[in-house]
Amino acid sequence: MELVEAIVLSVLAASTPLLIAATGELVTERSGVLNLGVEGMMIVGAACGFGGAWLTGSIFIGALFGIVAGTLMSLIFALMALGLAVNQVATGLALTILGVGLSGLIGAGFVGERLTPAAQLYIPGLTDIPLIGRVLFGEDAFVYFSIALIIGVWWFLYRTRAGLILRACGDNHVSAHALGYPVLRIRTFAVMFGGACAGLAGAYLPLAYTPFFIPGMTAGRGWIALALVVFASWRPGRLVVGAYLFGAVTILQLHAQGWGVGIPSQFMSALPYLATVIVLVLLSRARTGGSTAPAALGTVFVPDR
Amino acid sequence: MLDPTPNGLHSGESPLLRTVGLTKRYGDFLANDSIDIDIWPNEIHALLGENGAGKSTLVKAIYGLIQPSAGEIHWQGERIVLSGPAEARSRGIGMVFQHFSLFDNLTVAENVALGLDGKESFKDMSARLELVSKTYGLPLDPRREVWQLSVGERQRIEIVRALMQDPKFLILDEPTAVLTPQEADQLFVVLERLKAEGRAILYISHKLEEVKRLCDTATILRGGQKVQTCNPRLETAASLARMMVGGEIREVKSAAGRHTTIPRLVVNDLTLAPDEAHGVRLEHISFELKGGEILGIAGVAGNGQDELFAALSGERLSKDPGTVVIEGIAAGHLSITKRRKLGAAFVPEERLGHGTAPRMKLSENALLTGHAASGMVNHGFIDTAATLKTVDKATETFDVRKAKRDPEAASLSGGNLQKFIVGREILRNPAVLVVSQPTWGVDAGAAAVIRQALLDLAASGAAVLVTSQDLDELAEIADRIAVMFHGRLSAPLTASEATREKLGLLMGGSSLEPKEAAHAVGA
Repeated sequence: MELVEAIVLSVLAASTPLLIAATGELVTERSGVLNLGVEGMMIVGAACGFGGAWLTGSIFIGALFGIVAGTLMSLIFALMALGLAVNQVATGLALTILGVGLSGLIGAGFVGERLTPAAQLYIPGLTDIPLIGRVLFGEDAFVYFSIALIIGVWWFLYRTRAGLILRACGDNHVSAHALGYPVLRIRTFAVMFGGACAGLAGAYLPLAYTPFFIPGMTAGRGWIALALVVFASWRPGRLVVGAYLFGAVTILQLHAQGWGVGIPSQFMSALPYLATVIVLVLLSRARTGGSTAPAALGTVFVPDR
Repeated sequence: MLDPTPNGLHSGESPLLRTVGLTKRYGDFLANDSIDIDIWPNEIHALLGENGAGKSTLVKAIYGLIQPSAGEIHWQGERIVLSGPAEARSRGIGMVFQHFSLFDNLTVAENVALGLDGKESFKDMSARLELVSKTYGLPLDPRREVWQLSVGERQRIEIVRALMQDPKFLILDEPTAVLTPQEADQLFVVLERLKAEGRAILYISHKLEEVKRLCDTATILRGGQKVQTCNPRLETAASLARMMVGGEIREVKSAAGRHTTIPRLVVNDLTLAPDEAHGVRLEHISFELKGGEILGIAGVAGNGQDELFAALSGERLSKDPGTVVIEGIAAGHLSITKRRKLGAAFVPEERLGHGTAPRMKLSENALLTGHAASGMVNHGFIDTAATLKTVDKATETFDVRKAKRDPEAASLSGGNLQKFIVGREILRNPAVLVVSQPTWGVDAGAAAVIRQALLDLAASGAAVLVTSQDLDELAEIADRIAVMFHGRLSAPLTASEATREKLGLLMGGSSLEPKEAAHAVGA
């Protein structure tokens, strides 16, 4: 029982950065922009988040630093890919390379330092309930925030007019422009939201997951978040399922090694990507028409004036 | 008779919309050169002109999509500067786009909501949508996603969306280009009703007969300038065309002495499952095309014309070689190149991306279809001189206008590129030419050149198959016309039998006589 609880807790913790980063990327991609720089924005968020918390002693300010850093990174992307209409794939990849280098520079002074990790909720009585108490009422603020975030995004996309307009930009930017919507401005906000989420997801790692900073500590989580958006076929509900599934796979991989199960760990690390490929194939086979992905995803838009 | 400007009829009042010296400059290019136009209530006002005459630029400026470089727009007597389409809509200016501004993966209701200012709740809006669509006889299911709908239904969304803003002034950009004659007639009823309600309509069209029938006033643009405002009912189609082109349009003439001999293209009971999720299944298509003959295939887009083209060109292969016979040789299983070697040539509908590789030079594009049968390849190496010669010859023969000798395909205007593509194939002296929408989106001058080229090719003994949605075009050049509907091809009618009414019925899926229907089922 203890073990099950421990596993569930570690799955939640491992899934949370994936969920936050993928939520941001989902909004970005729903507006028609493919930002492959999630890994780069995350790692800069991790470095700045740790730095902010270490300098001020506040986890909250550290998280804010992470958010701001991710947003600034995404603004570089927005300037290139939206403002100058550069190829989005190339720009996103460049952003990741930039981020990995930049985070090493920013974080160089913090390597080896330790923080007190983010506090976990404790409600007397509730948190003490065996098995589910700690899972439901004993998490850190990031976990609860990530769930609120994805619900908020779902509500925004499907229940508000602004969300409808954002989805419209992702479906057909020419039509959206013809109806008078400022496609590039809307996309810039979507990219910034994606950057803020990636920065926060990155900051989660040194602030709550492991209370220290090491270069390259995102370890491909940005790429998993990207795969997750595709896995979820751009739907918030499926994104939650996918995030916990992918988080579980990464934890399972550790435990499998510990138990001496004969599955190579490389295979387990590849599972999220394999699952994404399989889901893509299944979706395209099941499709009767229309398109699962935002139809304008990754295409350059230059408005005529 | 000329210039009975309607202003005299409205003396004393001010027009609903007036542009004064409206000018739009792109670099050195004057898209609109000080255009004055008056639009009055209770009026359907036609805007005529060839492609590139400046019609789209003018309506975009009126709708606030672009800012004019100079000149003024007056709305109900007051000068306005539109900040964007949202302001135009709020003032009562609505627009129905030629290339629909719809979102395929959103529902009808969501699409309509996006065209409105969002001041009412989605639920109220949906209710009003059903009311408006019922009132004007434009039925729509608000919950369906757009990709599931036909072209006619899509246009209904655009019109309903515009009507829901209760516009005083509605702009329609070539609304009938994609409709069957019957659908067009239904649209005209709606437009007449809107006019009777006191609204004004600006109606852009290439179809002059339609303009004469429907419109009270016509303004003609040419090369960015206003040529004239006139009453289209007092003009002939020929005189309107003259004003648009600025000279006589070359009359298309069929050469006498066509020799109808052996069949050069035969299709036998061709049935082919679609290769895409929402493709059309071809069902038992049979026809025979002799040398010297032009067969026209009419039909609303999306009824299997693309699939038929793919099956004829070899982009899709048939398991049964006998379904497509070119020059007496069973070719259903042969690749595109092998079919070309048999003497067939193909011109697809899509000019950029299908007919040509947009970013490649014309000479390279000539090579792409001509490599098998036209001696442009020498021991595996490209004979650059030969490819350039093809470009020069096509340029000369078909009057292709371009900036330099061998530009990228994408840099040519639609009409000139189409002349090049058709020319490229015709210069190979094909025995069989299959051409899809030869003059779609091409201006009247280029269209005349292309139609004449097709007639000349047939007169020289080739078999020509033309798919087109333009019934006037088919009437002009085809000897026989068949109609595609839901993947089936009707029996061809001779040009004299093929009235608009008959073709329209066939395009809508009805059969002409019960007897023929029974025959079709039996077959």
